[in-house]
Amino acid sequence: MFLKMEEVGKTFNDKQKESFEVFSGIDLDISENQFVSLLGPSGCGKSTLLSMVAGLEEVTSGSIKLEGNPIKKAGPDRGMVFQQPSLFPWLNVKENVLFPLKGQWSKKESEERADRFLQMVHLSRFKQSYTHELSGGMQQRVAIARALAMDPKVLLMDEPFGALDEQTRHILHEELMKIWQETQKTILFVTHSIQEAIKLSDRVIVMGTRPGRIIADFYIDIPRPRKRDDEKVIEMERKVMDLLEGEINKVLKEELSHEVSH
Amino acid sequence: MKLAIKRIAFLVIILGIWQLVFSAGVFEDIVFPSPVKVSTALYEGFVDGDFMKALGASFRHLFMGLSLAILFGTIIGVLLGKSKQADETAGMYLIALQSIPSIVWVPLAIMLFGFSEFAVVFVVVLGGTFVMALNVRTAIHSVPPQLVRAARTMGTNGIPLFFRVEIPSSIPYFMTGIRLAWAFSWRALMAGELLSNGPGLGYSLRYAQDYARMDQVIAIIIIIGVIGAVVDQIVFSRLERNVRKRWGLAKS
Repeated sequence: MFLKMEEVGKTFNDKQKESFEVFSGIDLDISENQFVSLLGPSGCGKSTLLSMVAGLEEVTSGSIKLEGNPIKKAGPDRGMVFQQPSLFPWLNVKENVLFPLKGQWSKKESEERADRFLQMVHLSRFKQSYTHELSGGMQQRVAIARALAMDPKVLLMDEPFGALDEQTRHILHEELMKIWQETQKTILFVTHSIQEAIKLSDRVIVMGTRPGRIIADFYIDIPRPRKRDDEKVIEMERKVMDLLEGEINKVLKEELSHEVSH
Repeated sequence: MKLAIKRIAFLVIILGIWQLVFSAGVFEDIVFPSPVKVSTALYEGFVDGDFMKALGASFRHLFMGLSLAILFGTIIGVLLGKSKQADETAGMYLIALQSIPSIVWVPLAIMLFGFSEFAVVFVVVLGGTFVMALNVRTAIHSVPPQLVRAARTMGTNGIPLFFRVEIPSSIPYFMTGIRLAWAFSWRALMAGELLSNGPGLGYSLRYAQDYARMDQVIAIIIIIGVIGAVVDQIVFSRLERNVRKRWGLAKS
């Protein structure tokens, strides 16, 4: 398997409080070129799992292997796009995309790659702009170009369109689909939007909470581009919704009881 | 343009009141010179070259003192910013040291180094170092963790991370530190020079006082005020503003 998670668990050890187990025993196999969404209510640990694949969080138990090599720390073979664009404000758009290429590629290759990926996200005109001069959607496109430019084996996306307005999100969905088809990257995509997950993915991993775990693994076999009013899409959404409703209620109930007891 | 006219008009009114009080003879001439007399003292001071010499000496002290203050302040600030251990141990004392008015260091400097120019520079260094250190510490602490995480996913760690992310990210706070270090050093400089054996603007001020030359005293106070305002506005504030704009922290 390309990306293999075996019995993966994560426990946060807080000095003051008792340790908190986010999830344990996560098994997941992801093959190359797959577009996989991790979908679940807040608190299910989907973002934590993604950070562990990125190498930003340590694995408490089990193992995550990329092409057979266990993941120990962050590295350029796994590109990450965060919910906040996380661009460097002191660099212009092109310099941001060049940032991870320094020392990895020759100067000429770096320039070419930066230009190519900025063109892919339709930002060639804004190469010299500073990031705070761009809109949120444009900033996120720079972040995607920056992650892709270093030619990662996997592209990790942590609710990348969560902070954008509906219109912009829709446009970026289309662009991401094109980019994915063009680059043939494996994408692991975290979201809490059922529609987003079904619209984009080959496969939707539904996660539940308390304790965090995988409750379903759907293969979405609907031809692209997927229309929102496609019957199969609607049916799929309903199926996932039914599954998640129980989980969401569980979270709500717990939060309410928490409120009452305080 | 309108603003400039308003400001000039305000100055003219102040000078007018000053002249009126002088003409009314409320105070003795020796403690309350006329605007004309002060202007003459200013003019003569510059023509004689006395003020220029004093200014040159003051700027020399300031340049040496401020450079060292920025250097030491940066080293201390980076140390406290990077090491939690060091910050917990010494951070509190830094705030205490920063709150000491720089004139307090003058007796210490004189006892250590005598009435020398070095004593003046020493006071200037102490005046600027602590405020610089505090701001550099804040600068290091204010690096957004999100940017560090992003850099790590791009394979940037350790020393490259420090130079390529943490330093550039903290430049705006660093600039604030430099502006404040200048302001504190400038005040410390005057305190130090006032009690020194010269040369320097502060020394000239005391010299004028010793000879009961109120016109010169006021003239020198005006020079000190004007230089302080001009250097802050034209050099440091502008520099800080430009950096903040460039870093996207201020609306252009």
